Amino acid sequence: MTPAIEIKGLQKSYGPRPALRGVDLSLAFGQALAIFGPNGSGKTTLIKVLATLAQADGGTARIAGLDLQQSETALRRRIGVVTHQTYLYDDLTSYENLRFYGRLFSVPHLEARISEVAALLGLEERMHQRVRTLSHGLQKRLSIARAVLHGPQVLLLDEPEAGLDPQAQEVLARLLAEHLHGGGAALITTHNVEQGLALGSHVAILAQGRVVYRQERPAVTEAEFDETYARLTGASRQARDEAAQ
Amino acid sequence: MRALLSILWKDLLLEIRTKETVTPVLVFALLVVVIFDFALEPRRDLIVTVAPGVLWASITFAGVLGLSRTFTLEQERGGLQGLMLAPIGREVIYLGKFLSSFIFMLAVEAAILPVFSAIFNLPFFLPQVWVQAILATLGYAAVGTVFAAMSLNTRARDIMLPVLFFPIVVPVLMAAVEGTSAALRGESWSGALRWIQLTAAFDIIFTVLGAMTFGLVLKE
Amino acid sequence: MLSYLIVLGGALMVANLFLSLVWSPPDVNLTEGVRIFYFHAPVAWVSFLAFFIVFVASILYLTRKEQRWDLLANASAEIGVLFATLMLISGSLFARIAWNVWWTWDPRLTTALILWFIYVGYLMLRAYAPQGAQGARYAAVLGIIGFVDVPIVYFSVRLRTLHPRPIGTGGAEADTFNLASPEMVITLVLSVLTFTLLFAALLWLRYRMKEVEEATERIRRDYA
Repeated sequence: MTPAIEIKGLQKSYGPRPALRGVDLSLAFGQALAIFGPNGSGKTTLIKVLATLAQADGGTARIAGLDLQQSETALRRRIGVVTHQTYLYDDLTSYENLRFYGRLFSVPHLEARISEVAALLGLEERMHQRVRTLSHGLQKRLSIARAVLHGPQVLLLDEPEAGLDPQAQEVLARLLAEHLHGGGAALITTHNVEQGLALGSHVAILAQGRVVYRQERPAVTEAEFDETYARLTGASRQARDEAAQ
Repeated sequence: MRALLSILWKDLLLEIRTKETVTPVLVFALLVVVIFDFALEPRRDLIVTVAPGVLWASITFAGVLGLSRTFTLEQERGGLQGLMLAPIGREVIYLGKFLSSFIFMLAVEAAILPVFSAIFNLPFFLPQVWVQAILATLGYAAVGTVFAAMSLNTRARDIMLPVLFFPIVVPVLMAAVEGTSAALRGESWSGALRWIQLTAAFDIIFTVLGAMTFGLVLKE
Repeated sequence: MLSYLIVLGGALMVANLFLSLVWSPPDVNLTEGVRIFYFHAPVAWVSFLAFFIVFVASILYLTRKEQRWDLLANASAEIGVLFATLMLISGSLFARIAWNVWWTWDPRLTTALILWFIYVGYLMLRAYAPQGAQGARYAAVLGIIGFVDVPIVYFSVRLRTLHPRPIGTGGAEADTFNLASPEMVITLVLSVLTFTLLFAALLWLRYRMKEVEEATERIRRDYA
């Protein structure tokens, strides 16, 4: 069966500063990989490269069997991306934002799909409010709605818990579980250990642009993971939690 | 095509709601016109000769401001990257941004021309002038869209956009001034024709180049 | 190889100086002033050649994504701007002698000035754009757009000077002299050849330097 994500020797540097130094990863459908790493370890760059926002310098990556270089446009249909930026327009309403992205993705039965996604994320009441008037938490929810609107097979979530209220985090966890259950896959980068360990079926650690650890989630306890993380990245849990603030 | 219209519609809707591009740029353009008028006041007799130059210098300065506005607004929440996530050709994104910049600039010009005619007491409402204006604005938008996207990620972006933009659009500016002058001198279409042709050729060349290279500019 | 180039170039440069300053005859109209031309013409030629190389290397970089083309474009643009500056200065001196003005908006001069602005902008973009592949792509796109624009600028200024102008700004006649004697032709050919060699040597040096810079950067990065 085609893996959801298959990465070999992926490299990317910003001038003299290398962000990814040969990342190897694979992920099957039905799995969610939580990637931990200190600031500057290359987490965001990895998401950007996979999301076709940044150009890799070397290596190959395939998502749902589609090559990152050769089938960019087709690949974009298969992925849903959530990052620090919401990609929303402040002066359009929630509904207008979703309609805009839905049209760009040629989502069939768009109206019905927008209502469905709005209900999923608990945004029904807010659909005709301008984004500017929404709280950060609601904006974040809306950006998740935007990312899943076209029914992507692979979710790329860059620190999705940032700015989400506890209630919304539950919504996200449920959404993710359904996504995996339906045969989808997800790559999640995170600072938050509890969240990451809760969301991922697999965990990995990224340090200085390389994957230095990969394990099935049930095979590792939280304490073991903390110890491994500290050993591999040279950062204590405390330092990591502070970075997450 | 649907995607192109969606981008255009989104930009127009945002502009209608916020009025953050056309209005300030229009005020700026009018100020430039007035400044020129003050500066040239002692030589009223020369105004007929220099008026087309004043007009197009104002439009060029305003244009560069408008171009950077349309992209800054897009970038506030990473909107340009949002567009990049869509499964559409990069040339569609280019053409979408190109057309919205074109429409905004044309709106500014439509408002400036009557004021200009009144201030300088010259008959600017000639079909040649309008054809020339539309073609020149297309040229500005074709080149400016690429450079504005570039300057987004560039240090000293406020200065980089004009530094890149002005030298490249010199032929368009020259053609617009000459074409307008020919029309004002009462020459028929034949006087303006070669300038119209030149601008049209510029538009085609740089729209094609822009559409081809825009994707390369967008990616990190 | 480079050292041969430098020795050959040096020898040619001495010969060229002799030919252009001593051996070649003064012009009928311009008298001794014509000698500036043996500097101005090759310098102008070299700057166009340099920007043509920027153009070609930019296309190769965007299609093949190999860093060496980016380094070549960058090196050639730097030298091109240097020569374009010399072209403007020597052209201004020549204009003073030939037409009694330091500057005139004739098609060639105007195009040269716009050319200079485009590539100064190119170097600024190099300095201010993000480091790495994205900045290189920005520069390559400008390297292509800029070069395509130059003939359009020239053509549009030509078109304008054919037109009746307002009083007082009549464009000067460009060719006030012709290379009347064979000595003049020989001198011009040799000077163009010499300066092309000089350009080749400079380009080579600059390109090698950039390669070495990149290599040291890689080493530093790997040990960081």
